[in-house]
Amino acid sequence: MATQANEPQMQAPTQGARVSRQAPMLEVRALEKTFNPGTPTAHKALAGVDLQLAPGEFACIVGSNGAGKSTLFNAIAGAVFPDAGLIKLGGRNVTFDPDYQRSRTLSRVFQDPLMGTAPHLTVAENVSLALGRSTRGASLRRAMRKEKRDLIASRLETLGFGLEDRMDVPVGTLSGGQRQAVTLLMATIGNPELLLLDEHTAALDPAATERILELTDRIVAEQNVATLMITHDLKDALAHGDRTLVMHDGRIVADVWGPERDAMDVDGLLELFRTSAGSELADDKVLLKA
Amino acid sequence: MTFSVFYDALMLGFEYSLLAVGVYITFRILDMADLTVDGSFGFGMACSAVAAVAGHPYLGLVLGAVAGAAAGCVSGLLITKARINPLLAGIITMTGLYSVNIYVLGAPNVSLLNATRVFDPLYTALGGADGSLTLDGVKMAFVVVLVCVVVALLSAYFKTEAGLAVRAVGDNEAMSRASSINTNLVKVGGLALGNALVGLTGALLAQYQGFADLASGTGMVMVGLASVIIGEVFGGHRSVTWGLSCAVAGSVVYRLIIQLALAVNLLDSNALKLVSAVIVAVFMALPAVRSAMASGASKRAAKNAMERLLAADAQALTGNAADPAPSSADSRKGE
Repeated sequence: MATQANEPQMQAPTQGARVSRQAPMLEVRALEKTFNPGTPTAHKALAGVDLQLAPGEFACIVGSNGAGKSTLFNAIAGAVFPDAGLIKLGGRNVTFDPDYQRSRTLSRVFQDPLMGTAPHLTVAENVSLALGRSTRGASLRRAMRKEKRDLIASRLETLGFGLEDRMDVPVGTLSGGQRQAVTLLMATIGNPELLLLDEHTAALDPAATERILELTDRIVAEQNVATLMITHDLKDALAHGDRTLVMHDGRIVADVWGPERDAMDVDGLLELFRTSAGSELADDKVLLKA
Repeated sequence: MTFSVFYDALMLGFEYSLLAVGVYITFRILDMADLTVDGSFGFGMACSAVAAVAGHPYLGLVLGAVAGAAAGCVSGLLITKARINPLLAGIITMTGLYSVNIYVLGAPNVSLLNATRVFDPLYTALGGADGSLTLDGVKMAFVVVLVCVVVALLSAYFKTEAGLAVRAVGDNEAMSRASSINTNLVKVGGLALGNALVGLTGALLAQYQGFADLASGTGMVMVGLASVIIGEVFGGHRSVTWGLSCAVAGSVVYRLIIQLALAVNLLDSNALKLVSAVIVAVFMALPAVRSAMASGASKRAAKNAMERLLAADAQALTGNAADPAPSSADSRKGE
C-alpha cells in the first residue's frame, strides 16, 4: 500500500505515482534546506522534497515533529530560501522571490490566531488589507469606501460567524475561532493560487476546530484553490481534502489518494507511516494522535 | 502668574506640536522608539536658519522637512537593510548628525535678527504696519494653520489604503508581509515621514525664535514622547485622527506644565530636561500603576470574600458542635 516515493535519488518530477493531466499549480523539485550547516547543530530539514499539486487539489500533510513540514511551508512561502531545488507557482519560478511578492498569489494561515490579523485594526480594515494585496502598491484612495465595505460585509456574512455586524470592532477583541475565520477569509478573498494551512486549528477548542475545518472545506471547494494543510490529527488528514502526504526526515515518504485513501482508516495510515518511514517512527517522539 | 503664561504655553505647544505628531507616527503607529529625533530636529533647524539667512525663509521650511526625512531614511535603512536594533540605529544617526549640523550651521549658533522670516512677509501683507496686528499674532496664526493643515492631511492619509498598510506594519508585521506589503519600504517611509515633521518643527522654531543653535535638538525625543503620552493619558486610544489631535493637545499641556512650573518659581530653566524626564517616566508608569491599583483592589475583595467563607465555615462548625441538628446533607442522605 505504500508508494515508492522514498527513494532519495529518484528523478524529478515523477513524485510518487501521481501524475496529473493538468499543469501543476505548485511544483516543488528536489528541495533541500540545512539549518546551521557545518556546525554540530546542523539539521537537514528538507532532504530533497518533490511535490506537485494540481489546481484545486487539497492535500493534507502529516508527519512527526521535525519532519520538515513547516520548513517546506516556509520555503514555499518565501520565509526561508532553500539550499537547492526549485519552486514553481502557477508555472512561474518563484524559488528566490521575496515573501511579500509571493504573497500576492499565495496565502498562509498559521496555527496561532494572533499571527494572521492585526489586533488594533478593525475587522473591516484587516479584510480590506487582504483585498488590496493582489494589486501592486497601495493606493491613495480611501480604504473604507462604501462599495468596499459592502463587499467586505457580504463576504463576512458567508463565514457564518456573525462578523458582518462587528465590522468596526478591533480584531483583538474577537475569540480565537473568530480570528481564525477572519484569517481564512483574508487568505482566500484575493483568489490565491495556493493556500497553505499550517495547523490552523491546533490552537482552537474542539467546537471551533470543527467549524473552521468545515469552513475550510467549503472555501477550498468554492474557490477551487490548490491547498496544502499540515495537521497532527490523522483523522482530519484522511477526512479532509483528496490526498494525504506523509513527511519524515525531510522527505515525503508516502502519498495516498483515490480509492486507496478512501478505504484507509487511522490505523491504516499509522501502518503506512511505519512501513514507509522505517522503525524510527515507533519511538515515542512521534507525537501523532490517532 | 498671569494670562501670558497660558498664552506662551499655547504658542509653544503649537510650535512643538508637529514634533509630537512625528513621534506619534514612529512610536505609536509604527511601534518603533526612534531616537533619530534629536538629530533630525537640529538638522531641520540648521537648514532652515541657513536658508533664511540666505534670503529664502519658505525654502528653509521645506529644506528642514526634507533634511528630517533624509535623516529618517538613514535610520530606516540601518534598521531594515543593516538589521541594526532600532534604538541603536537612531543613536547612530543622531550622533552622526551632530557633526553634520555643525557643518551646516557653521557656528555654534546663528542669529536670524537681520534675516527675513516666514512670518515677516505675511505680517506686511496683512497690513501689520498700521498697528492692527501684532507680529506675535501673525506667528501664532501661521503656526496654528500649518499644524491644522498637516494634521488634516495626515489623518486623511492614514485612512487611505496606503495609510492602512502603514498602520498594519506597526500592528502585525508578519501579517503585513503576508498581505504583500513591503514592510521594509513602509518602515523607511514611516521613519522619513515622522522625521520630516520633526525637521519641520526645528525649521519652524529657528524662524520663530529668531536663532538656531546646535544644542537645541538635545532632549527632543523626550519632549515628543512626553507630549504623545500626556495626550494619551487624557485622550485614550481611539482612532488615528484622534491620536494625532491628542498629540497636538498633549504638546500644549506639556508646555503648560513646564510654564506653570517655571512661573511659580518651582524651578529654574536649568531643570527643564529633568522635568520632562520625570513627566515622561510618571505618565508612562500610569498604566502600570492603574492596573496595580485595580488588581490590589480586586485582590482585597477576593480576600474579603474568602474570609467570609472561612467565617461561615467556622460558624457552621461551632454551630454544629453546640446543636447536633441534622445538616441538609445528612437529611438528604436520610431520604
